[in-house]
Amino acid sequence: MKKPALKKLLTGLVAGLGLAATLSVQAADQMKVGFVYVGPIGDHGWSYQHDQGRLAVEKHFGDKVKTTYVENVPEGADAERVIRNLAKTGHKLIFTTSFGFMNPTLKVAKQFPRVTFEHATGYKQAKNVGTYISNTYEGRYVAGFVAAKVTKSNKIGYIASFPIPEVIRDINAVQMALNKYNPEAELKIIWVNSWFDPGKEADAANAMIDQGVDVILQHTDSPAAMQAANRRGVYAVGQASDMQHFGPKAHVMSVVNEWAPFYINRVQQVMDGTWKSEDHWGGMAEGEIVIPEFTNVPADVAEEAQSLIDAISAGKLHPFAGPIKNQKGELKVAEGEILEHGEMAGMNWFIEGVSSEIPK
Amino acid sequence: MDIDLITNVLYAMIRTGTPLLIVALGEMVCEKSGVLNLGQEGMMLMGAVIGFIATLLSGNVWLGFICAMLAGVLMSQLFAVIALGLSANQVATGLALTIFGTGLSAFIGSDYVGKPIDGLGVIAIPVLSDIPIIGKMLFAQDLIVYFSFGLFAAVYWFFRSSRTGLVVKAVGENPHAANAIGLPVMRTRYLAVAFGGAMAGLAGGYLSLAYTPLWAENMTAGRGWIALALVVFATWRAERVLLGAYLFGLASILHLVAQGLGFAVSPNLLAMLPYIATILVLVMLSRNSGRSKLYTPASLGKPFHASS
Repeated sequence: MKKPALKKLLTGLVAGLGLAATLSVQAADQMKVGFVYVGPIGDHGWSYQHDQGRLAVEKHFGDKVKTTYVENVPEGADAERVIRNLAKTGHKLIFTTSFGFMNPTLKVAKQFPRVTFEHATGYKQAKNVGTYISNTYEGRYVAGFVAAKVTKSNKIGYIASFPIPEVIRDINAVQMALNKYNPEAELKIIWVNSWFDPGKEADAANAMIDQGVDVILQHTDSPAAMQAANRRGVYAVGQASDMQHFGPKAHVMSVVNEWAPFYINRVQQVMDGTWKSEDHWGGMAEGEIVIPEFTNVPADVAEEAQSLIDAISAGKLHPFAGPIKNQKGELKVAEGEILEHGEMAGMNWFIEGVSSEIPK
Repeated sequence: MDIDLITNVLYAMIRTGTPLLIVALGEMVCEKSGVLNLGQEGMMLMGAVIGFIATLLSGNVWLGFICAMLAGVLMSQLFAVIALGLSANQVATGLALTIFGTGLSAFIGSDYVGKPIDGLGVIAIPVLSDIPIIGKMLFAQDLIVYFSFGLFAAVYWFFRSSRTGLVVKAVGENPHAANAIGLPVMRTRYLAVAFGGAMAGLAGGYLSLAYTPLWAENMTAGRGWIALALVVFATWRAERVLLGAYLFGLASILHLVAQGLGFAVSPNLLAMLPYIATILVLVMLSRNSGRSKLYTPASLGKPFHASS
């Protein structure tokens, strides 16, 4: 009789030590899958969408899979501890869902060769570490097109988090669209040094609106900027999840990450023993980048935007099609070629047309 | 920078500084009574989530603010029972309160993520709000901002001129002496902690109901901690808390505005600006350590028991 009580106590202790994960005991034939999130699942943005993917996995596999998630994990030494804890507690497959988890993931993966790891948005693989990323640049390109068409002041604002390849690439994708559809438009970038700080994101949005910006794009995770745009009567593009109801008057479109197809696929592969380390890129064609609806935009703009989506999905249009020059005017991608995924993964330069510099 | 931009920057400075000012004034009163409550972040988050839910369900933003304050008071009394009633370590109890509040608010609020509300509107005072530059900043704000002006005046007057303020200070300086002359040490401390809780709850409610009308986990993003540091750097003086809060607000807005204007300064450096500027100014103001000590509550953080 004493043992279960002890177990309970121990579980309680572990939870009490600050680990938000629930470490319960279960049947051996269940596969345990772990998820590590950088933000709270309640951010209604990046981490929220990953968690929707996790829930889809649970629904798809039912009793065969048990998932665990740890949210609010800082990118740094703490991440390593959290990932190691998941590996230690019998998780067979662990998804680490932020760029900053790259090195901690690789380090833990080395110590647990039998555990499979999937790291989102990174560029370093190992035998048991695959990487995955969604082609958010495809969605951003469409966002850039819509912004180019609806702006009246020709000032477009971009709330950026950190100068890492993923963010830089998406800014470039927007600029690619601006260069093509409205070269007059200027892209104003504000770095807020945070993935999630609603107050700061709203401040940044307001600061840009004060400077004449009338379309706001964001690469941060809360809907605060969408709200601020709605209050001030300018347009905004939602990030990661559908943010329409936060800005009924402001919302033009949202670039939504759908992780479910990928997560279900990888869990199945690990179950079947067919998993191999890969660098996976999924976009509109794979159903991993979705633009649910255009609102507050003229019908012809929405129509043309939809045709862009169709062309990208069909592989007929590539957002990074040459010629592409960098800010110094040097040719980086020749005409008739496209920017390869390998190049994109480490992209650390702005394309011609972006007026500000990448912070060092 | 043109006039419009300056006007808007000053306006944003007040809005950004307001939650800090409210929490910091509450915590200052609490610390003046000799109690160090590090649970501000937790109380703010509870205020934010409860205020948000109350507003969403009732449709009344004022009911939301009242519930936010009540949530803050309840949380603070939890702290008071443990730290004052049971004489537990105040630092540890306060930290636990923050962790508890962060977790509990996330738990309570999980069903309310992604639900929009209208939020508190701005009330522009006619004529006055048309004054160039400072009109918008002082007279075109929402009611909570106006309340925070009044709160500052009240706290300032309370410690400068009121008898009760003197009692709070006496309790914070030397509870044994205060007890010996018949002052109600414990009751004063409980009330001071409750006031701090109410203000933290209100500031949390301000974030989720007015500043960014939404609920998201951990949405205070460290503002409770900044307010705690402000109180110390302001050497427990209301006017310096006010200065510090607005200075922090100004610097955090400037770092965003400067980027928008295309200043070629590293955003990482700019992001440090609010912290550096605030610390620098307040440290310079209180460089006379002898005088500063006069304002530091001598028994801050020490438990009190009437028999000892």
